[in-house]
Amino acid sequence: MRGFLLNRLSQSLVLLLIVSVIGFVVLNLIPGGPLAQFGLDPSMTQDDLNRLKEQLGLNRPLWMQYLDWAWRLVQGDWGHSFRDGAPVLDVIGRHLVATLLLMGSSTVIAIAVGTWIGIRGATHRYSVFDYLATVGAMVALSIPTFWFGLVGIYVFSLRLGWLPAGNMYTIGDGSVLNHIHHLIMPSIVLALVHVAIWSRYMRTATLDVISQEFVKTARAKGLSERRILMKHVVGNALLPMITLAGMQLPSVLTGALVTETVFTWPGMGRLFLDSLGYSDYPVVMGLLMFSAILVVLCNLIADIVVAIIDPRIRLS
Amino acid sequence: MTAIVANSRQERWWNSRTAHRFMNHHLALLGMVMIAILTLACVLGPYVLPYDSLYIDLRARFAPPFTGHHYMGTDPLGRDLAARLFMAGRVSLLVGFSAMLLSTLIGTLVGVLAGYRGGWIGTTLMRTVDGFLSFPSIFLVLALAAALKPSPMMITVVIAATSWMEVARIVEAEVRSLREREFVQAGRMLGLSGTHIMFREILPNAVGPIIVAATLTVARAILMEAYISFLGYGIQPPLPSWGNMLNGAQQYLGTAPWLAIIPGAAITIAVTSFNFIGDGLRDALDVRGDHS
Repeated sequence: MRGFLLNRLSQSLVLLLIVSVIGFVVLNLIPGGPLAQFGLDPSMTQDDLNRLKEQLGLNRPLWMQYLDWAWRLVQGDWGHSFRDGAPVLDVIGRHLVATLLLMGSSTVIAIAVGTWIGIRGATHRYSVFDYLATVGAMVALSIPTFWFGLVGIYVFSLRLGWLPAGNMYTIGDGSVLNHIHHLIMPSIVLALVHVAIWSRYMRTATLDVISQEFVKTARAKGLSERRILMKHVVGNALLPMITLAGMQLPSVLTGALVTETVFTWPGMGRLFLDSLGYSDYPVVMGLLMFSAILVVLCNLIADIVVAIIDPRIRLS
Repeated sequence: MTAIVANSRQERWWNSRTAHRFMNHHLALLGMVMIAILTLACVLGPYVLPYDSLYIDLRARFAPPFTGHHYMGTDPLGRDLAARLFMAGRVSLLVGFSAMLLSTLIGTLVGVLAGYRGGWIGTTLMRTVDGFLSFPSIFLVLALAAALKPSPMMITVVIAATSWMEVARIVEAEVRSLREREFVQAGRMLGLSGTHIMFREILPNAVGPIIVAATLTVARAILMEAYISFLGYGIQPPLPSWGNMLNGAQQYLGTAPWLAIIPGAAITIAVTSFNFIGDGLRDALDVRGDHS
């Protein structure tokens, strides 16, 4: 286990290093680079800009600038927002809860529905249900998330009036029930694509487990199909899904950005777009790096969890 | 893989088993037909329709579908939605297709190099692939698109720059498994150059998986263009694209829902079709694959 942990940890560190290099390249592609903020200010002369460049060390070689930037990243000094001067990490922190709420609830939906569809598809292979689930998954993967959201708003908010069209809660009513009411549609919209992905993988995983020896043994013992499925198949099939959940995180974050825009949900995705609109590059860069670091860490955690549950992985 | 390629060279391609298996894949055929219809409509549509896509008619604002000759209605400026839809389709399909070509090229180069050379070159390249995959793609695309000039060419490059990793992974795995085969060793013994072995000997045997991945990349590229254009950082008006037609549609959802529904349906049909075709090709070319 220690060997596995050390190996996996060093892999993640290397990955973080590469992620930071990519981030640094993007930062320097932005017109004006790290000085973009001041370039917009008409009272700044070229001389002022040059002096700032000198002061901030921007005429040093790129690799030195990179080390400096990366070191500040590690220390938690991610710069300040152009808009209100607040530290970038604070700004992100203020929007984190809303995003986690949305991503969490949609992940629960995706796992619950996807697992059910996947297992049913595997146990009723080549049935009408299985065929419809396969085609349905491909169509679901092709629907633009924002369009699904717009159609949802049109049908359930404008025509039927059942669900609110946006925001996290009604102003003046901060009750839990009101929050849930606002959460229903965005989380279903965000979940659609992941229900599709989850159900396809779950189907394959279930088929893998069903064909194994211990399932035959369980059948030979005379256990009912239902008991075999619940006790022996589902648990084993869900194990590789932990890794999948980690791998899906970037795509969930992408979906969250779009969903938050359509439903005016005050999370990280909306913050990203607003900051782009204001050319608030420190926050944009902060969110870019924050999301990538989050992805690397979650994948690490997923792998460790799987290794703890399944001894075959940490021994191999 | 080798068997199939050899096979299809001897017979005429439409008689090969691959072609038969593809033709028996009903969804893939449906996808082909839909793409053919969409492409034809986008190429010929603007010539057939009575209105120009940029013709503004303020008296005919917000006309619902089937008002006079406005078969799909009009937009807030009274421009014909059908004409705009087909012009937008040209842009969206072209961007999707070009982004696919570019990203397949990058992915194949990286994958072949990493898979054949291996060692520290291979490790560095594949870790870079992992690094790119750690970013939620839309964050990276939006940051780049906002930073660079938003011309259709640049959008294509940005989408390609953030979607080559899947192809690279597939090609790398394929090349790594082919590297130790006899025909490659024979090539080395004959003294062929590394470049020749990589691209003339190994690559032709990895064409199947590349074609499948490329088809699915078209689908993903069209979606990505739609996302960023919808958010206002992609193709810029007055040049229409399916994504930017939806850009202002949300505020008219109550009064003119067709503005949102029609372009979105076009995107969904195009992307679904490419996904169907990719699925059919995967079965026909016998590419083992994951279910993404």
